[in-house]
Amino acid sequence: MSPASADSLGPPKPAPAWLGWLSLLFFLFTQAYAVLTSPADESMGHLQKILYVHVPSAWVTFGAFGVVLVASLLFLWRGDERSDLLAASSAEVGSMFCGLTLVQGMLWGRPTWGVWWSWDARLTSTLVLFLIFVGYLALRSFVEDPQRRGQWSAAVGILGAINVPIVWMSVRWWRTLHQIQSNPKAVSPIYLRGWILNVIAFTLIAIWLIWRRYEAARFERAAEHAAQAAALGGNNG
Amino acid sequence: MAFRDDVRRIRAIVWKDLTTERRSKAGFNSVASLGVTILVLFGLALGPANDMLQAAAPGALWLAVLFAGVLAFNRSYQVELDGGALEALLLYPGARWAIFAGKLIANLIFVTLMLVIVVAVGIVLFQVTIPPKWPQILLVLMLGVVGIVALGTFYAAMSSRSRAREVLLPLLLYPMLIPVMLAAMEATKAFLSGNALIEAGAFIQMLTLFDVIFLVATFLAFEYVIEV
Repeated sequence: MSPASADSLGPPKPAPAWLGWLSLLFFLFTQAYAVLTSPADESMGHLQKILYVHVPSAWVTFGAFGVVLVASLLFLWRGDERSDLLAASSAEVGSMFCGLTLVQGMLWGRPTWGVWWSWDARLTSTLVLFLIFVGYLALRSFVEDPQRRGQWSAAVGILGAINVPIVWMSVRWWRTLHQIQSNPKAVSPIYLRGWILNVIAFTLIAIWLIWRRYEAARFERAAEHAAQAAALGGNNG
Repeated sequence: MAFRDDVRRIRAIVWKDLTTERRSKAGFNSVASLGVTILVLFGLALGPANDMLQAAAPGALWLAVLFAGVLAFNRSYQVELDGGALEALLLYPGARWAIFAGKLIANLIFVTLMLVIVVAVGIVLFQVTIPPKWPQILLVLMLGVVGIVALGTFYAAMSSRSRAREVLLPLLLYPMLIPVMLAAMEATKAFLSGNALIEAGAFIQMLTLFDVIFLVATFLAFEYVIEV
């Protein structure tokens, strides 16, 4: 048996409401700040403002999937159910931000490059990452037994994370072979402050969402345990 | 000699899987026919111009192997599950990785045999002229199959025992196989076209590297997947 099953876990520590409000207000503030302070970019014009939300989403995506990797390794190592639930919550939020990153990228790419999609190493690996974690979430929903679900999704999460740099490398090689134009872009200092503020705002929102999702996951597990105990003709202790 | 015992276990599992397959042949026949059917469909989608077919041949070939191979991987565990044999297999003493190695080698032989048929049909249907560097292509084919089979055998250990196994395996496996497929397709393409500008050797190195990484990762993770 795992050292800490959900019976012994007790109620989860609720995510404080002030954190949610703070993240929301700070997010609204950084949007207003970034949009109002930045001049139109000489080549991109006001399109540049998409980058304020695009790059932070991408970073938050990688952060969230980093959490999935670490929590999955911890789960296989220690068997603590909380790591498994944290990995699941983080994967859900990460997938959402990953999808958001892709859509924002397309909205930016269409007017800038003239195409919605380019088979660039970064774009393609982000899409593959998204697909890997869609598979991860599908696996979780198709397996009922909690221990099995935990160990299987931990294995899938770890292998998926290992695969990200490999995909990136392979797509880059594939592309250099086919010689499609690359698109270097650097952030000039005028835009840097609004951009850093946005990274903080996105991180806060991601933490808040993962925390709330984790809380819900804990309640779900507690309910599953209660239902199991009742089905076994248990008492209510 | 614990290691020698494991080798004997591996051999026993390979022998058992291949014997089951040889006696019915149902799995092999259907999977190989599916591979050929997929090639025909690609031919219809891309043809009938010869240059188009020749350019698309490596991609079509690898996708046919991938799509048909998926059926083989689920099947390799399904046969066990039907008789409740997987539990028995797990109850026997010995390392878990030996079970994985046995399944992997059996699947490797199975998919390689299928590949022989698919490649032969592909050469005919896609008007491929066999280039002077055909031994290198054989190497690429083998390396690609190792990558596909390693990950396929690993993910099928989960998907075959879950609900919705037909959907789950491709959903998990295809995105993971993108690096292997890309490298295998490009290397095959390079050797077939004989284009000296493309460094096909680099793709072989890359493919080997991916195979090693995925083999190590799946061998390490298999224990956690099979024991629950």
